Order: sequence, then C-alpha cells, then structure tokens
Amino acid sequence: MSQPKTKKETEDLLELYRQMLLIRRFEEASAKAYSMGKIGGFCHLYIGQEAVGVGAISALEQKDYIVSTYRDHGHALARGLEPKALMAELYGKKTGIVSGNGGSMHFFDKKKNFMGGHGIVGGHISLAAGIAYASKYREDGAVTLCFFGEGAANIGSFHEGMNLAAIWKLPLVMICENNHYAMGTPEYRALSVKDVSVRATAYDIARDHIEGDEVRKVRDHVKVAVERARRGEGPTLMEISTYRFRGHSMSDPAKYRTKEELEKYKQGDPLIKAEKDLLSAGWAQEELTKMDETILKTVEESVDFAEKSEEPPLGWLYKHVYAENV
Amino acid sequence: MAVLTYREALNRAMTEEMEKDPNIFLMGEEVGHYEGAYKVSQGMLAKFGEKRVIDTPISENGFAGVGIGAAMVGLRPIIEFMTWNFSLVAIDQIINSAAKMNYMSAGQFPIPIVFRGAGGAGGRLAAQHSQSFESWYAHIPGLKVLAPYTPSDAYGLLKTSIRDNNPTIFIESEVLYGSKGEVPEGEFLIPMGKSDIKREGTQLTIVSWSRALMYVLPAAEKLAKEGISVEVIDLRSIRPLDEEGILASVRKTNKVLIVEEGWNVAGFGAQVAYLIQKEAFDYLDSPIERITQEDVPMPYAANLEKSSLPSEEKIIKKVREMIK
Repeated sequence: MSQPKTKKETEDLLELYRQMLLIRRFEEASAKAYSMGKIGGFCHLYIGQEAVGVGAISALEQKDYIVSTYRDHGHALARGLEPKALMAELYGKKTGIVSGNGGSMHFFDKKKNFMGGHGIVGGHISLAAGIAYASKYREDGAVTLCFFGEGAANIGSFHEGMNLAAIWKLPLVMICENNHYAMGTPEYRALSVKDVSVRATAYDIARDHIEGDEVRKVRDHVKVAVERARRGEGPTLMEISTYRFRGHSMSDPAKYRTKEELEKYKQGDPLIKAEKDLLSAGWAQEELTKMDETILKTVEESVDFAEKSEEPPLGWLYKHVYAENV
Repeated sequence: MAVLTYREALNRAMTEEMEKDPNIFLMGEEVGHYEGAYKVSQGMLAKFGEKRVIDTPISENGFAGVGIGAAMVGLRPIIEFMTWNFSLVAIDQIINSAAKMNYMSAGQFPIPIVFRGAGGAGGRLAAQHSQSFESWYAHIPGLKVLAPYTPSDAYGLLKTSIRDNNPTIFIESEVLYGSKGEVPEGEFLIPMGKSDIKREGTQLTIVSWSRALMYVLPAAEKLAKEGISVEVIDLRSIRPLDEEGILASVRKTNKVLIVEEGWNVAGFGAQVAYLIQKEAFDYLDSPIERITQEDVPMPYAANLEKSSLPSEEKIIKKVREMIK
C-alpha cells in the first residue's frame, strides 16, 4: 500500500501529507504558546496520531458529521476548520472558533458539521449515536464519524451507545484511536481485550483493526465502514492503533513510558512515512520543504492573529447560556 | 371546560405538538408498546408509529445522549425518564452535554429537548424510587426546570417546553398523574417564569410547587376557617423563577413559609428565602420559615414515610406559630 504508483495517487498522498504537516506544525506552535503561558487549561496534543484523523476524515463527504474528543485540534484541522480561528480559540480570544467559550477541548463548527470537542471521556459517544439517529430519522444519507480513545471504551456511554447504534442500525463509524495510554494508565492494565474492535462482536456489528501509521491505508479502511453505514447496514467499530509522541496533555511529562518505547514508535512517524513514500515516488525534497515553509507561514499567521485579537467583551459573559426562542 | 387527568393533559400536549412538527419524537423506556409506565403516552404509538414513539432498552445515559445528539442537528426530542430517579445515570449527559452545549459552541448548537417523567416522593417506594430533584437540576445554568401541579398547568407548560429552544427538565409528580382538573378547551401556552397564585390571602404567603401543594391548599382552607388568611403561590417554573411574583406577595403579606417536597439542605427553598431576604427584607415581619422533607432517605414504613414529608398538620402548626 505504502508506495503511490500513479501520478494521481502521488498527488493524493501529497494533499494528505500537507494536512498532516499542518496539524504537526500547528501543534508545535500550540505547545510553544502553552509553554509561554499564552494558552490556558488543558492542552492535549495530537502529534504522532495525524494519519488517523487525516485519513479517516478524508473518507467523508461534506454532509457527514464528525464528533471528537478533548484531543480535537487534529480532527478540526483535518476537517478544514480555519487555523486562525482555532489558534485564537486556544488563546481565548473573541475571534476564536467558539468566541473563547470553549478553549482547546471544545472546538465546534456547525458549517463544517464539526460537532465538537467534548471533554468528558466517552460522553460524546451517545451524542454521536444521536446525530446518526437524526440522519436515519431524516433519511439525509449522512454518516457520523466518532473518534474516541481506548480509555473511553471502558465507560458505560460507550456500551450503551454501541448497543443502541446496533439495534437501530445507525449510520455510525466508531474509531477508537488506541494510543495505548489512557492518561498514564497503559492499556494492558485497563482493557479486558487487547483490541477494542473485538468488542464489536458483543453487539453483532462490523469491526476492523489496523495500524494507524499510513494515512492512505487509514482512509481506505474507514471508507469501507463509511460506505457500509451509508448503505444502511449499520455501525462499525474500528480500532486504529497509534501513538502520541507527547504526554497526555501539556502538563504530563509522560514518565510512565520509556525513552526506548517512544523512539520505537517514532520510527513509525506517519509524516516520515508519507514523506519517504513521496520522495521515492519521485517528488522533489525541495517541493516538500517549500510546502513546509508555506505551512509554517500559515501557522505563524494564526499565532499572530490570535496574539492581536481582542479578548471577548465582558458583556458576553451571559451570552449563549440560553438559546433564544424565536 | 374539559376535566382531564394530569396524565391526559400531558398526553394531549405532546400529541398536539407532534401533530404540528415532524421534528418532534418521543423516546424512552416503555413509551411505545407498553404505552408508558405511567400511561402518559397512551395511544401515541398507534397514532405516530414506531418512528416517532420509540422504545429504548434500559440505558438512560445512552438514550439521553442520543436525544441530545439528535437535538444538535435540529430534531426536537422528548425524552421520557420512567422516573427521575433513573435520570441520575444520565446526569452527565444532562449537565455536561445538554445544559452546556449552546454555551460551549457559542450559540452554534442549541439543544431543544425536553426531559420529562415521574418525580417526587410517594407510594411507599422507599429510598431509591422516591425523591425530588428540582433543586439538583435548578442548580445548573443552561437548564430550565418546571414542576406543574394542576392538569391545566401541566398542559400549558409542557407545550411551552416542547417549543423552547433549550433543554427543559419537566418534573411530573408521580402521585398527581390521576388527579383531575379543568383544562380550557383549545390550545393555550403558559409562559415559563410565571408563578400562579393558587389562593389569595393577606396574612402570610406560602411559596410551594408540585405535589407539596396537595398539603398546602387544604391547610390554607382550614386556616381560613380559623380566620387566618394565607396566600398560596405555585411557582410552577423553578428556573426561570418568577422573582417579582414572589416578592409582590411578600410585600403584601409580610410573612413567608416555603413548603417543598425535597430535602432541606441546599434545597431550592433556600434560594427563594435568599431572594426574599435580599429584595424584601424590610417587608418581613418574621423570619422566613421552611417545611421540607426530613433530612433522611425515604423510609418504606407507611408511618415513617408520612412523617418524613410535609403535611397539612405541619403546615397548619407552623402558620399558627408564625401568625401569633
């Protein structure tokens, strides 16, 4: 799979690589801003997991929905949310994607069917089932993609959501991004099964399990599940194995894992893999460097935009507690 | 004017709203084929079909979340909890998702959902099935909390709740389902945040709501025979709260007793008392008093259950003390 064979395949990989690189650079800039005290709260970075979000989301159509976790920066960028608005949100500015009401864990963009950024582990799984339920109710042909971590696979909302999605055959694709640690707890101490997708058998739904280091492979597998959902054949539970190179959040030095382990996984860095594939398909290194420079500029502009943006006016404190009745 | 039971009034409200708007559906345990554990949804499956009257497995957290997700994309779910006691396993969804979604998303995702079902104490159901949660939900910004007493209020407020673009906690009293009352013909709505004076009086105000009024109103009647004139305010809407309505009555009578079925500590009556002392302190002729459920889980034994709840006798005794 890894080597693109035709020009079209190469260009396709190039676009996916560009999206992954944008996430990587955005996250590096976020880490820097966080260290400088510009970003508050929790900040969970996606570095190392880019191929999962980019691959999976590229399998969707515009009408489809995405429900994300507290580690939502990568998913949001992969869906094409504006980096400036996202960085401004991290800064808590008026110009942020949710006007400074959400911060890192609560990105939402209705126009792009990006249904949040949810901070309670696994709580969003039944919401995703509800969005998929609405698609079935309205027969709008949309599919809902829900990301969650392996830690969320142990909470009640996961099991209830799975069972409801299964009995109602909802157009839902559940992607467990197994990065092997639920905060500091390694999977072997928390999961009764090594592969979360095995739990699909308990609900008699389709399952899939892949490594998440090759972006095009992720997309191809997710596409199968998305098409199955669109045909009305019900949900799929996928596990995509991945690894975060940083701690659980910016405040986590990740002392629960060895340097050797981290180094081993860094060999499988999805960006390096994609880069190698592009180079061996004949793409020039300097083209890639130029792309990186453009992306770095985009990210710098987003930081600059966030820096210069105003804080939300104090008069907005009570805005949006209640929706207006029109 | 038609005389309806509380459950018939609720049924009529839901049926009329669902006839008008195809985005509304009813979901919960036993709401369809069983026609509701308390028969509130009687006949609705036959009328609307399985697509719009949906039986769920026992998974409150799951189907509360499904309702919220569906509301995010513009449907208008009515989620029935068989009893509010079971809402506790869904409380994460109600608080962390429903109440906060509009705020977290800066107004992009309002959640037009009604959570409704049987609440309150009664029927010798003991500790886990017999308790009032108005104070719990009223604590949360983003939620609206309603607790009607009469069939007419139940009808008018449920219709308003269904049309509201915010998550509404609609607590029906389990012991009131069979109670009857006049419900005006034709459609009407009752606004949230509007209390109702269920009885006019001059010497003392009793602020109460929901089933506690079953004790308050006959007590006021008996007190009238002794020559004590009590005004009875039914809040109906806990959040938003009719602050002006309460204060106007206090300014008139100068004495206040708050009677609620829930517990005393951090109970909603404490909030009402705070409001009154802050805004109408100069009008008070005596300390604000409260009668609540005793500070214990609900006992099963009939005599203990009765003694733990507000009662006519307790109210009469307290009012007499306050009027002296």
